[in-house]
Amino acid sequence: MTTSIEFDVNLLELSGVAKRFGGLSALSDISLHIRQGEIYGLIGPNGAGKTTLFNILTGLYQADNGRFMFNNTEYSGRCKPHVLAQAGIARTFQNIRLFANMTALENVMVGRHLRTSSGIWGALTRNAKTRAEEHTIVQHARALLDYVGIDRPHQTLAKNLSYGEQRRLEIARALATDPKLLALDEPAAGMNATETENLKELLLSIRASGITVLLIEHDVKFILGLCDRVAVLDYGKKIAEDVPEKIRCDPAVITAYLGTEPIIPAQVGIQS
Amino acid sequence: MRNVLKHLSSKNRRSAWLAFLVLAIVLLALPFFTDALFGRGWVRIVDFALLYIMLALGLNIVVGYAGLLDLGYIAFFAVGAYCYALLGSPQLGLHLPFWIVLPLGALLACIFGVLLGAPTLRLRGDYLAIVTLGFGEIIRIFLNNLNAPINITNGPQGISMIDPIRVGEFSLGNTHELFGLTFPSVHLHYYLFLFFTLLVIFISLRLEDSRIGRAWMAIREDEVAAEAMGINTRNIKLLAFAMGATFGGLAGGLFAGFQGFVSPESFSLTESITVLCMVVLGGMGNINGVLLGGILLVVLPEALRHGSGPAQQLLFGKTLIDPESLRMLLFGLALITVMLWRPAGLWPSNQRQRELVTENDTTHL
Repeated sequence: MTTSIEFDVNLLELSGVAKRFGGLSALSDISLHIRQGEIYGLIGPNGAGKTTLFNILTGLYQADNGRFMFNNTEYSGRCKPHVLAQAGIARTFQNIRLFANMTALENVMVGRHLRTSSGIWGALTRNAKTRAEEHTIVQHARALLDYVGIDRPHQTLAKNLSYGEQRRLEIARALATDPKLLALDEPAAGMNATETENLKELLLSIRASGITVLLIEHDVKFILGLCDRVAVLDYGKKIAEDVPEKIRCDPAVITAYLGTEPIIPAQVGIQS
Repeated sequence: MRNVLKHLSSKNRRSAWLAFLVLAIVLLALPFFTDALFGRGWVRIVDFALLYIMLALGLNIVVGYAGLLDLGYIAFFAVGAYCYALLGSPQLGLHLPFWIVLPLGALLACIFGVLLGAPTLRLRGDYLAIVTLGFGEIIRIFLNNLNAPINITNGPQGISMIDPIRVGEFSLGNTHELFGLTFPSVHLHYYLFLFFTLLVIFISLRLEDSRIGRAWMAIREDEVAAEAMGINTRNIKLLAFAMGATFGGLAGGLFAGFQGFVSPESFSLTESITVLCMVVLGGMGNINGVLLGGILLVVLPEALRHGSGPAQQLLFGKTLIDPESLRMLLFGLALITVMLWRPAGLWPSNQRQRELVTENDTTHL
């Protein structure tokens, strides 16, 4: 991983991406690009299509049309989630999806699955290679748990962690896959002010380690204070994409969030 | 075992080895004890318990680890048994030795496991259960009807006079004198089955604590998240089906060699459900629990069959209810009681136990 931030290289490019569910057009003609090393925010009112876009990026849904380039490779066709994870897109979920009955450590160890290779034969014989690999998996997982700040015994079952810890465990699990792009679906939802502040620091430190971050959030204040660039979705269309300062004053964004009556920018953050 | 030993002090380690030694002696002497105390019939029941344990351990991989509810598991047992029966009996005039037939049966079951697994990859929960149930029945009905136009399986009459398991001139079907002891056929089969059961336990333990095992459990816990974390769920699920089916086929081959007779009747849905009960009752995903479930579900009905008549004589002076019907009644009652009291099984998976330990550690926080 490079520590320098190369803002001019596009890591992810979408052009003309559309998704329909029967008669409902969830996304239409979405074009955006995420640059290497930035924190990119995606906001929009409920039902704007943010999570749908996320699911397309991570292979849970297939786009009906449009081009999807990641790291100079095209993934427009039918692409399975594990292929995109292999390519370097890791994600968390809006409603936390941990492996509830596995320990915190095991959750992160599962994240190492695609960067390790031992199979049945290795498992049965426990040869030197497999043991060494298991050892590095455990070390890596422990380090990541410390990194995101889970200081409970690592044998605690994921379901018994606190809400904030579960959110962070999901991030640790995603980081275990050595991603190039970390996609977070509402990581700050339900967090208190201190937890949100800690999360912000964590995300900045993840970015500093060279990982590009894509963020969906409802907390507009949080996202405008953190992101380098922000895109706004409304009814499945991209209505704005710019630096946070410009987004704050964009009339289309204000309309989408608050209706047609113009309003002073400072209040945008409060309403969501 | 090694993991357990690692955490023990040297004194405890010595006692652990002692316990291990005692267990080994008990297991080796078990058929003789059983024979002397309860009679030869019970040695046969113990042999069957071992076969069922192998089946339950195989199903545990599919249901307990990977979380794929399989209601047609007995089909793989049937595939293994019929493979042995067809290749080692006068039915087709083939008399291949068991060390060819047994692995072949396991391999064939493995292939059937993948064949069944492939179309069900997109199904979950109830829907998977329905399809696997159908598959189990299809295999049984096939075996029942493959006697015309060409007689392959001999239909409902089944295949008899299957060759006993034989190494050179040493046949497990006969009584042998070894080291000054008399080993009847059931005793010899006991040791063979014990060997394979230990092998299956070993494989299960190793797989449980491995990269593959973790991937299975991740799929069980949340398939979407597992996929998003880069697990190729298709391959890993097929692997679970294949491993489970292999154990089933192995047990099937041993069953055919032991019984000397197979018929489609032995592979009904009830058998699938019995094996599933062993896994669920004992504790899904926990090998110790599955062993306990297997032993209980074979021994309990037999004990009730033999015990409920005399017990009634003792209590009421006469037999009020036919022991044969009473045993199923009591058996059902026992199942319901266990599920009410211990919904996670008699011996829940060790993760829960570990969790109890850590909870005690963290209560002061």
